[in-house]
This record gives sequence, C-alpha cells and structure tokens, in this order.
Amino acid sequence: MSFRISVPACLTIPVPGAAFADQGLDGTIDRLVTPLSDALSALIFYEIPLPLVDQGLPFIVLWLVVAALFFTVYFGFINLRAMKHSFRLLRGDYTPPDAAGEVTHFQALATALSGTVGLGNIAGVALAVSLGGPGATFWMILAGLLGMSTKFVECTLGVKYRNEYADGTVSGGPMYYLSKGIASEYPNLAVLGKGLAIVFAVFCIGGALGGTMFQTNQAFSQLLNVTGGGASVLQGYGWLFGVVVALLVGMVIIGGIRSIARVTEKLVPVMGVTYVLAGLLIIGTHIEQLPAAFGAIVTGAFQPEGVYGGFVGVLIMGLRRAAFSNEAGIGSAAIAHSAVRTDKPVTEGLVALYEPFIDTVVVCTITALVIIITGSIVPSGDVEGVALTSRAFASVFDWFPLVLLVAVLLFAFSTVISWSYYGLKAFTYLLGEGRDRELAFKGSVLVATVLGSSINLFSVMNFADAMVLAMSLPNLVGVYLLAPVVKREFVAYWRDYKAGRLQTYR
Amino acid sequence: MERFLVGIDGSECGDRALSTAVAQARAAGAELVICFVIAWSPYSFSTPQENAERHRRREEELEAARSKILEPRVAGLKAGGLAIESVARHGHPVRTLVKLAEEREADLIVVGRSGDTPLKTRIFGGTAVGLVQSSPVPVLVVP
Repeated sequence: MSFRISVPACLTIPVPGAAFADQGLDGTIDRLVTPLSDALSALIFYEIPLPLVDQGLPFIVLWLVVAALFFTVYFGFINLRAMKHSFRLLRGDYTPPDAAGEVTHFQALATALSGTVGLGNIAGVALAVSLGGPGATFWMILAGLLGMSTKFVECTLGVKYRNEYADGTVSGGPMYYLSKGIASEYPNLAVLGKGLAIVFAVFCIGGALGGTMFQTNQAFSQLLNVTGGGASVLQGYGWLFGVVVALLVGMVIIGGIRSIARVTEKLVPVMGVTYVLAGLLIIGTHIEQLPAAFGAIVTGAFQPEGVYGGFVGVLIMGLRRAAFSNEAGIGSAAIAHSAVRTDKPVTEGLVALYEPFIDTVVVCTITALVIIITGSIVPSGDVEGVALTSRAFASVFDWFPLVLLVAVLLFAFSTVISWSYYGLKAFTYLLGEGRDRELAFKGSVLVATVLGSSINLFSVMNFADAMVLAMSLPNLVGVYLLAPVVKREFVAYWRDYKAGRLQTYR
Repeated sequence: MERFLVGIDGSECGDRALSTAVAQARAAGAELVICFVIAWSPYSFSTPQENAERHRRREEELEAARSKILEPRVAGLKAGGLAIESVARHGHPVRTLVKLAEEREADLIVVGRSGDTPLKTRIFGGTAVGLVQSSPVPVLVVP
C-alpha cells in the first residue's frame, strides 16, 4: 500500500525526517501504545524461520501470497486471460448509453488507484531493489500478477453485497460481504461473519487513522529532504505543515469543497503519467542497456549475489514489497470499487484486475528499471527509499526531485482522502450513520494529520502498519468462504461472454 | 415531417438559439426537440465519497435540468401549439447532441455561439464549432 516505506519488524529503516524533537507528549503516547503495537506487530510480522537463511518469511506476506496463488489457480488464471475483456469493460464498450452520468468502471478503478498508487511505488521499489538487488523486481512483478486474482474476488464481492439505499447512495466493502455474504451462504456461520466484519472494521479505522499519520509524516520528511535536510528552513515546522494539510483535507471531507478534490483528481493522474513517461524516457535513452537490465532481473531472481541474502532473501523482499504496495487482499479496494453502477458484480471484479497490474507490474517495474539502468544502486551501501529513486531519476533529469516531491505530496493527499473514506465507512458500519458521528470521525482524521507531521511516534506508525495489514486476516477468511459464489457468477458471466450474449454498445 | 434539434444551456445565448429554432420550426411546420446536456465525462476522476453519492447526484442533476431549465421554457411553447420534446442527458455536449440528432433523425441542429467562457472557447473551440465539424446534418449557429 502506498504508505509503506518503512520496513517493519526486522528491518527498521531510519525515517528520514527524524528531525522532530523528542517531546514529553511523544514519550507518553509511545509508552501507552507500545504494548498494544508490539502484540499486534508480533502476530502480523511473525517471521516463520527458514532453513539456511537468517531472514524469516513474515507470516502476513505468506498469508497474502498464498491467497493470491490460490485464487489465481481457482479461477483458472483469470489475471491473464480476462485482461483483454476487462480493458473493453473499462473503455465502456459494455456500458449502455442510458447509464451516462453514473459511476463508470473507469472512474471506480481510477478512484481505487489513487488510494494505492503512492509512496509504495516510488520508495517501496527502491527499498526492495536496494535490499534484494535487481532480482527482487522479478518476484515483485510475479506477486503483482498473482495479486490481481485476489483483487478480482474481493471487488466482485464488494459490489455483490453492497448496500444500496433508497436515497441513491451506496455503501460497500468487506464489512458488508463478510456479514451479509457469509450469512446468506453459510447460515450457521452467520455469527462468524458478523464477527469478522466487526474485526475488519476495527482494523480499518485504526489503519485509516494511522495511515493518515504515516502519510503526512512521510510527506513532510520528503519536503524537509528536498529543502535542505537538517538545515531546512522548515525544520521544526512540521505542525504547520500538518495544519495546512489538515485544512485542505478538511475542506474536502467536511466542507465538501469539490474544487480542491477536483484539482487533486486532475493532478494525481497527471503526476502518475509524468512519472511513467519520465521513466520510459530514461529507459528509452538507455535502450541498449535494457536487455542487460532484464537479464539482471531474471538472473538476480534465481542466482542472486550473496550480499542480498541469497535466493530466499530476494524472493521475500520482492513478494513483500508487492504485497505492501498493491493492497491485494487487504480489502480496501473493495470499498472503493463498490460504488460502480452495474448489475453484474463480476464486471467490476474484472476491471479491478488492472489495479495491481498498473500499480505493481507497470509502475513498480518502471521504477526498478530506471534504478537498475542508471546504475544507482550502491551494493552493500545504506538501505534507501525515496532517496534512491530520486537519485536514479535525477541522474538523467536533474529537476526530477522536485517533480517527485510534488508527486509524493499529491499522492499522500489523495491517499489520505481515500483512506479517510474507508475509515469512515468502517466507523459508520460499527456505530451507525449520522451527521455527528461522521463529523467526529472526520475530525479525528484531521487530528491524525496534524499529529503525523508534528511528532514522531514510531510505535503508532508501526501500529498503523500492522493494522492495515491485519485487515487482510478477517477479509481473506471471508473471501475464501465466498469464493464459490464468485466462481458461480463468473462461470455464468464468462459463458455468456464467450457465446457473445453480452450486449456491446460500441 | 421535419424535426429540428436545439441545444440550450440555460444561458441567454442558448435562449436566443431557442427563439430562432422556434421561429424556424413554426415556419417549416417542424417538430422541435429541446436538449439540455449536463457536461459529464466517463473518464473523469472523483473521490470515493463522490462515487458513493453519484447515483443520487445524477438523479438530482436530471431533475434540476428538467424542472429549472427545460420545463419553464417548454410550457409556454407547448401552449403555442408547437410539437415539442424535451431531453436532459449527461455527456459531452457535442457528442451527445450529434447522437441525439441521429436517434431522432433531426434535419437541423440549432445552437448558440457562446456558452463556455470566452477563453475556453478560444482554445478548445465551443460546442458550436464542434458541431459544425462533426454534425451529420446542417447546423444553425445563433450569435
């Protein structure tokens, strides 16, 4: 997911913006949260010991990758065979003209993507490559391709079991398919479904608030780095940055000021496209090195140098960054995708295939190739995140760090907007809808925004990290249970498609 | 019987186009289709909150277009004995009008010259210019 740039547990990366003074408040909160944070982290990041390597396999990575592999096989490699059809869905070929004005497949995908594309694609890849060498890219791409299948299942369920209210609004996501879906498919497991939904909602609220803190913290760190690091004039003004971001976020989520959201909506894709184009340009100007770079990725994947922790070390690093980057299995995307207007839930699942594909397979691969081609990796050097990506791009375009800064700020902003909505949905699922309650939650998002950039709370950040990943525990249990439902719908849909019974409008 | 399509946008210029279209329709004994296009793109970006409320918003937008823009104008004309149909639709103004002209087999499209802001019209060309370039039937542009 987009806000993972620190590596939890065994590999703690010094957060670049450790420029915050140690204050009494930090210490107090730290002491309160630490026991809770440690317990959850211990479970989520429990490393299954592996023979011959000193690095274990984090439980949560195994949990996500096994699910992705299972759904890929269970749905007969849907991630590969449905891509052409889902592109046509995305283009609107199957959308009746009288649906003009409704949420389109494209818009649902774009909204979901703006919640996932972010720091993970810029910094996460750099981490993977600097820790695991070029070969980590191979496993990242593979995990991204597998993750597509998980997204397909969870987003189909998100649409199928959403609530459509009389006033024309919709609410969907794991909370709803866990409770309603399991209750209707397995009546004697109804209580389990309800329980899973509640646990999911709790994790989602924690992840949303913690994630917000993480985003603003990292965005401010990046701002500090670009403006001169420790000597930056902004040094010590983290709270001010937080207040400004909180004001902007507040105007969007509380004030409903659409103009700000609209500007972000336009800028986020522009930044994404700029990033990809700049990457392609760099790859293009070094085109003669491309085969060698791919060679390094493939050989590195199977015969890595010892310095990167051997075969298993590279494998884990790649899988891990992919799992953290595209959120497949976390359940967040199912909330975003459920707003689409369609009577066939499968179609939205198919469109969601493109989310990990764009996030992990396309954007991450470009980042990795740029880093490898420009020879920016310093073997056995320090572990780097954004700085490595920044240096790689800057070696060709010296103005790029500024673009990267703008991109990081915008991605952080859009991710906060998306996650505040996910958190809100979970919050209202637990406590019921209502103006005051919603306002209370939105207020706490703003507080988290200010706190995130003004104080450095490692325990809270780690807690947020663990919370977001923990969402996959209840979510995937439900997704496994409900996979047969999706299979039924998919088989019927695919038969119609193959027989040419789906009406096209283009 | 001939059928004329007129696009209005609630502006003064759009109303002048409507008057011209009415005069032309009366003279030719033609039917009139009045269309208000709510600018919308299937490829725009939105927040999750907006997506969740989109269906409701769409209904509200259509309702507002009908009750505030179309009906007040149609009511008076119907009383005058003209055969009139009014349509409110989401979409790209030019493409939506062209599509509607094809659907209704219109013989003429009437639109106002300006509507968008002057700058936007200069750079991208307004609806009128777009129609002139892509309409399958004659276009009458009213200043």
